[in-house]
Amino acid sequence: MDIKTRTNQTSISMRKTPMTMIQALRSAMDVMLERDPNVVVYGQDVGYFGGVFRCTEGLQAKYGKSRVFDAPISEGGIVGTAVGMGAYGLRAVVEIQFADYFYPASDQIVSEAARLRYRSAGDFTAPITIRMPCGGGIYGGQTHSQSPEALFTHVCGLRTVMPSNPYDAKGLLIASIECDDPVIFLEPKRLYNGPFDGHHDKPVVPWSRHPLGEVPEGHYTVPLESAAVFRAGSELTVITYGTMVFVSEAAVLETGIDAEIIDLRSLWPLDLDTLVNSVNKTGRCVVVHEATRTSGFGAELTALVQEHCFYHLEAPIERVAGWDTPYPHAQEWAYFPGPARVATAFKRAMEA
Amino acid sequence: MTEHEPLRLHVPEPTGRPGRHTDFSYLHVSSAGEVRRPPVDTRPVDTNDLAYVLVRVLDDDGRAVGPWVMQTDPKLLRRGLRAMMKTRIFDARMLIAQRQRKMSFYMQCLGEEAIAIAHALALEPGDMCFPTYRQQGLLLARDDVDMVEMICQLLSNERDPMKGRQLPVMYSYKRAGFFSISGNLATQFVQAVGWGMASAIKGDTRIASGWIGDGATAEADFHTALTFAHVYRAPVILNVVNNQWAISTFQAIAGGEATTFAARGVGCGIASLRVDGNDFLAVYAASQWAAGRARSNLGPTLIEWVTYRAGPHSTSDDPSKYRPADDWAHFPLGDPIARLKQHLIALGAWSEQEHEHAQKELEAQVAAAQKEAERYGTLADGHMRSAAEMFKDVYKDMPEHLRRQRRQLGV
Repeated sequence: MDIKTRTNQTSISMRKTPMTMIQALRSAMDVMLERDPNVVVYGQDVGYFGGVFRCTEGLQAKYGKSRVFDAPISEGGIVGTAVGMGAYGLRAVVEIQFADYFYPASDQIVSEAARLRYRSAGDFTAPITIRMPCGGGIYGGQTHSQSPEALFTHVCGLRTVMPSNPYDAKGLLIASIECDDPVIFLEPKRLYNGPFDGHHDKPVVPWSRHPLGEVPEGHYTVPLESAAVFRAGSELTVITYGTMVFVSEAAVLETGIDAEIIDLRSLWPLDLDTLVNSVNKTGRCVVVHEATRTSGFGAELTALVQEHCFYHLEAPIERVAGWDTPYPHAQEWAYFPGPARVATAFKRAMEA
Repeated sequence: MTEHEPLRLHVPEPTGRPGRHTDFSYLHVSSAGEVRRPPVDTRPVDTNDLAYVLVRVLDDDGRAVGPWVMQTDPKLLRRGLRAMMKTRIFDARMLIAQRQRKMSFYMQCLGEEAIAIAHALALEPGDMCFPTYRQQGLLLARDDVDMVEMICQLLSNERDPMKGRQLPVMYSYKRAGFFSISGNLATQFVQAVGWGMASAIKGDTRIASGWIGDGATAEADFHTALTFAHVYRAPVILNVVNNQWAISTFQAIAGGEATTFAARGVGCGIASLRVDGNDFLAVYAASQWAAGRARSNLGPTLIEWVTYRAGPHSTSDDPSKYRPADDWAHFPLGDPIARLKQHLIALGAWSEQEHEHAQKELEAQVAAAQKEAERYGTLADGHMRSAAEMFKDVYKDMPEHLRRQRRQLGV
């Protein structure tokens, strides 16, 4: 495996520990609660219990109830109060229990957090981080499986981030908390416990057996607006993020096509140079995401590649995405764009 | 055949319409001095009766009566009167400027001046208001906010502190305890609670004051704010300005019929008052009471200020289409400026001559401020901030895609 994700400020001497993505996210919040007295963490079930996915376990006991606490079932209230706290000078890190539940907070995210700096000409800002688990693969049905990233990338003033592994998750979450802009931090929940490659019938490989599950214990950041070349290759470029990074890797192994996999990590604003350089080198491009296809973020990526790489392209840009249906329950694996669908797109791109 | 009568949908109506006088008995106005003043540490549930009556201090003769009378320095009252007069003069001049197309839009607070101004005088430095677009009095009550700068915002000119990005009246004055006005309704009510929570998290002594109109209380954010304020006992005053009208929509359509907006607070476990918003002394006293609760870790207070939107909703509205043209003249709570003036004259702390003199002096001040602001341009003459400003402050640091777009525009 050729992984070049280490574009960050990690000190080589920092001790590393195997962590799941859940532990890495918790470690990021732990580090920031420790370093910055203005950081607070709250959301539904995040206090005493430590979150339904356990991401905040132990933090209330360590930092006290006024810095880590439970919130009412009110996404609008969670984000709205976070905006007010931002105006005060705090850095709220709030959890929306599932990305599928952010909709009641839309006004506070889109009209308020995203535009506060702009409309007040910098008088007030909302340096908040909104964490939310996203994606399917856990039999969550249509209300626990969505990938709404395109709804955020369309909003000017927001940063949208999605890590694919524990190392990046911690570094990106710290960078997001330290960032003075509002950040939507999407966590692919199918990756919480291991690098899921789309083969749902096979046992999950735990993060402890993956190099990206080795996470420094202290403070480090993975910079925003920086993509990773997850796998270097020469025949085609895969532009993807989140769970689909590992699904794309499985498709590479199964097709034998030497694809370069770009893990965007920051969806918007994004690292355009990395993907343009790669597509200009390979001349072929497949865009992969789990979210529904139409007006998905893949449409924007495809347009960008077309604008910036048209004269280097040797084949039409392929898109692999979820079907344009709600996320089904029993038919989950027919919906999920697994390695076979990605492999088919690879072959089409190579044969064109 | 069913034995039940057919069901009917109830759609509330105001008691008055164009050509038909309003019956204001729906307001249930208490007499001045009639309503009790509970101790500041009262239990929220024990304010239930206060949510259905009306706290009033000034009687019809301008005397201050009853348990809500505070020992207030006449100097402060004179300051309040002058600030109300200044606000009314400011609004009148800006309306004319809007008609002259020097600005795109304006919103006056005619008839509601006492609420923002008495409230502002009851707060302390460092407190933060989260206003709606009709609380310009919060700024005009202060000595440290320059009218010239406010007018530059209204004119969207080259010195507009909002850099041309916001509609007129959408001010932001962090240094004056005035949060950026959104334009989307009710959002700031929850944010005020969050700001108050932050002050409590940090162990500071500052309190928040959130503002909303009767109409926007129907938004989820209103109820959310009450829940969060109650749950975390946030140091916040939750002001509902019930001016009877949300553009053309009567307050009963927002849910005010046969109940009050103050009653919403008690139901959420929040101490609540319903107060005569045109009575400067009542506004000041109730604001002090609520601020005292917030600052003593006793939690939030919801105050419904009963008033009347005497002017149109905005310069784009014509209220004669939906309510009697002379409605304000019949509104039982009168004009806040006339009432405080009468009180001060009765105290011997003000006179007709002083009033006339102050009126002229304030008119001259506002006119001078407008003249100076217009030196930096108006919307009509195109002296505005560069289009390059459009791309700034979207993010703290401008990302590459915005640099590219700015180059495309050639600025």
